[in-house]
Amino acid sequence: MNTFSYTRANDVADAVQNGSVKTNFKFIAGGTNLLDLMKENVERPDHLIDLSRITLKEIEDTADGGLRLGALATNANTAYNQKVEERYPLLSKAILAGASPQLRNMATNGGNLFQRTRCYYFYDLATPCNKREPGSGCSAINGYNRIHAILGTSEHCIATHPSDMCVALAALDAKVNVTGIHGEKVIDFADFHRLPGDQPQFDNILEPGDVVTSLDLPKNNLSKHVTYLKLRDRQSYAFAIVSVAAALELDGDVIKDIRVALGGVAHKPWRIKSAEIALIGKAATVENFKVLAENLLADAKGFGSNTFKIELAKRAIVRALTEVAKAI
Amino acid sequence: MLDFFKQASGSHETTLAPPPAEPAEVRLNINGQQHTLQIAPWVSLLDALREYIGFTGTKKGCDHGQCGACTVLVDGVRINSCMTLAIMRDGQEITTIEGLSHGKELHPMQKAFIDHDAFQCGYCTPGQICSAVGLINEGKANNLEDIKELMSGNICRCGAYTNINAAIIQVKGEVQS
Repeated sequence: MNTFSYTRANDVADAVQNGSVKTNFKFIAGGTNLLDLMKENVERPDHLIDLSRITLKEIEDTADGGLRLGALATNANTAYNQKVEERYPLLSKAILAGASPQLRNMATNGGNLFQRTRCYYFYDLATPCNKREPGSGCSAINGYNRIHAILGTSEHCIATHPSDMCVALAALDAKVNVTGIHGEKVIDFADFHRLPGDQPQFDNILEPGDVVTSLDLPKNNLSKHVTYLKLRDRQSYAFAIVSVAAALELDGDVIKDIRVALGGVAHKPWRIKSAEIALIGKAATVENFKVLAENLLADAKGFGSNTFKIELAKRAIVRALTEVAKAI
Repeated sequence: MLDFFKQASGSHETTLAPPPAEPAEVRLNINGQQHTLQIAPWVSLLDALREYIGFTGTKKGCDHGQCGACTVLVDGVRINSCMTLAIMRDGQEITTIEGLSHGKELHPMQKAFIDHDAFQCGYCTPGQICSAVGLINEGKANNLEDIKELMSGNICRCGAYTNINAAIIQVKGEVQS
């Protein structure tokens, strides 16, 4: 780990102010991913600005019937929060499918959005990686790429986003509340993370110094038929090969609302709203779920070791939706 | 030590290195006793416990949050002490394996690990026990399957899992009755 200086932010304004006067800094909250990357010398900030004492830990109702999750509430306190369990069980399930209890006790909701890829070449300083060192090349495209992306890739990067929580947030149409040098802004979750394109070093659209203050979950009727299906190489405490956040609102067997987001397949949680809308008003049948699966994976492309994920993802979607349709 | 780190980081950086960080005062309440340390900001809580205070019961396994050997309780909540900086824990109450017993009276979880022979080499055991105490505090494990899932952050290379689970079930029963 390199040497660095440390500042504890007293509040959001203090954090933003500190960020505006420092260069090559990182915000730290739970630190569960950042410190790991610093120990590997993948991240080498000159300054850490500690957000962990800022009082953004509440989980509270919003005026329009939704829920606001404080950016500094821990993943564990969020997953086990009664309101989250009752109204957004998809989020609880996704959080609890990730990491370990010790890490969930430290990791924060805001920090979860900033997890960096688990691509082995990103972690290995001896190999080229465009995300770690722009312009150096991608070792994964012609390398061992079993865990890599099949959707939204570019010739510069085929890394995946590792979060489970973010897959559920994408399915739930969350909004990200941000405070920066130029004031406050609200970002649709679908727009928060970006595809690699020719700048894979940027995981999201934030500007330097932007602080995520909370996540808003809009009201929905998707608490009854939900699942987070996570397929991985061991049963617990492993990253997803493919994951599916699935939610249905049913009237009898007719689909009133449907959400399907995929993890482990792209640089960001993968969701195609038009494919979901096409199923509204139709019956919750395996045949219809297969159509959705084909549409979601229509542009999928394998790179050798990960080509199996295309078929795996389709089957996972159908299995997840079939299971939640039955759970009445 | 500091010069070594500066050199190591200097070889990678194209930007000017920041001024060396002054050691900061960090106050930690460890097992009921107040400790005031002068340490650099990059010292992990694990290294502070082991190298600066001498609580070597907490083990360094992977140092990357993957094995759970370094598990301690902070304000009663289990965390990986390798994945947090000591300076971030300023003013907080930390319980390590050394702090679980009352004098010679072992903590029920320590007794249960002995009753069930829940260790072989013992290296992961302090982390397993602190994690298991945290699990009981959380109150989310209702059966063996839950215990397995909620202990998945603690790896035992000897494979003593069956007996570890039995020890936790015993304590869980004691807590409920």
